[in-house]
Amino acid sequence: MIREALYVSAILFSIGVLGVLTRRNALILFMCIELMLNAVNLSFIALSRLHGVSGQVFVLFVMTVAAAEAAVGLAIVISVFRHYRTVDLGRIRLLRG
Amino acid sequence: MMGTFYTVHFWLFSALAIGSALAMVTRRNPVTAALWLVTVMFALAALYVMLGAHFLGAAQVLVYAGAIMVVFVFVVMLLNLGENDVHERRSKGAAAASALLSGALAAELLYVIRSQPMNDSVLKPVDSDAMAPMANSLFTDNLVAFEVTSVLLLVAVIGAVVLAKRGKVVGESRT
Repeated sequence: MIREALYVSAILFSIGVLGVLTRRNALILFMCIELMLNAVNLSFIALSRLHGVSGQVFVLFVMTVAAAEAAVGLAIVISVFRHYRTVDLGRIRLLRG
Repeated sequence: MMGTFYTVHFWLFSALAIGSALAMVTRRNPVTAALWLVTVMFALAALYVMLGAHFLGAAQVLVYAGAIMVVFVFVVMLLNLGENDVHERRSKGAAAASALLSGALAAELLYVIRSQPMNDSVLKPVDSDAMAPMANSLFTDNLVAFEVTSVLLLVAVIGAVVLAKRGKVVGESRT
């Protein structure tokens, strides 16, 4: 089942990439990033059946980083929304030059 | 262990995860997308348990479906976003290029995984004690990383408070 789990993980990661490339809503973009982190977690857990428990420990760290990233990222979204009254990434163009 | 029951449920939860992920990236309403993402998280938790990571399956439900997604939904409702606040329209070329790129990525990843020799008969046995092997590794080999994680969480909390605070700290004072 390891190979099949890795297939699922690869497909989920690609769906996350597709979302990041196509969507313009900052919140949905964050959700796609969470989806990609989860896909990586799945491959870590699948491979921990072959290579020992350290893969599972790494998943624990990834979850912590994901929680921190969600907290800071959503705070940034709120801050940006206060400034521009939108979360449309097509209209937030301060850095576009 | 690899009986029909196991295989059927493995593919059931895999299909649920992939289908919900596709539904998530195509929904226009952020709340709907968040709820589909919760479904993905639950399906992945089931897959974790089926792969022998019982504790991580529980942690997945608690941390992702329970905490992170609640924060997402909370922010969506705080900002009071509707379906028409964000213009999702892109040029046909850009959409096609995005689909092509992510499709190519998927194909490449699947090809690489397929070409790896992988022997399912040498799987490590699942310990009946779900916590002990992980805890041993976490508090001996990875102790420094564990402590650094606590600092990371502290920094994230302070950063979130500073960023979301009203006033002159970041935010409105600039034009």
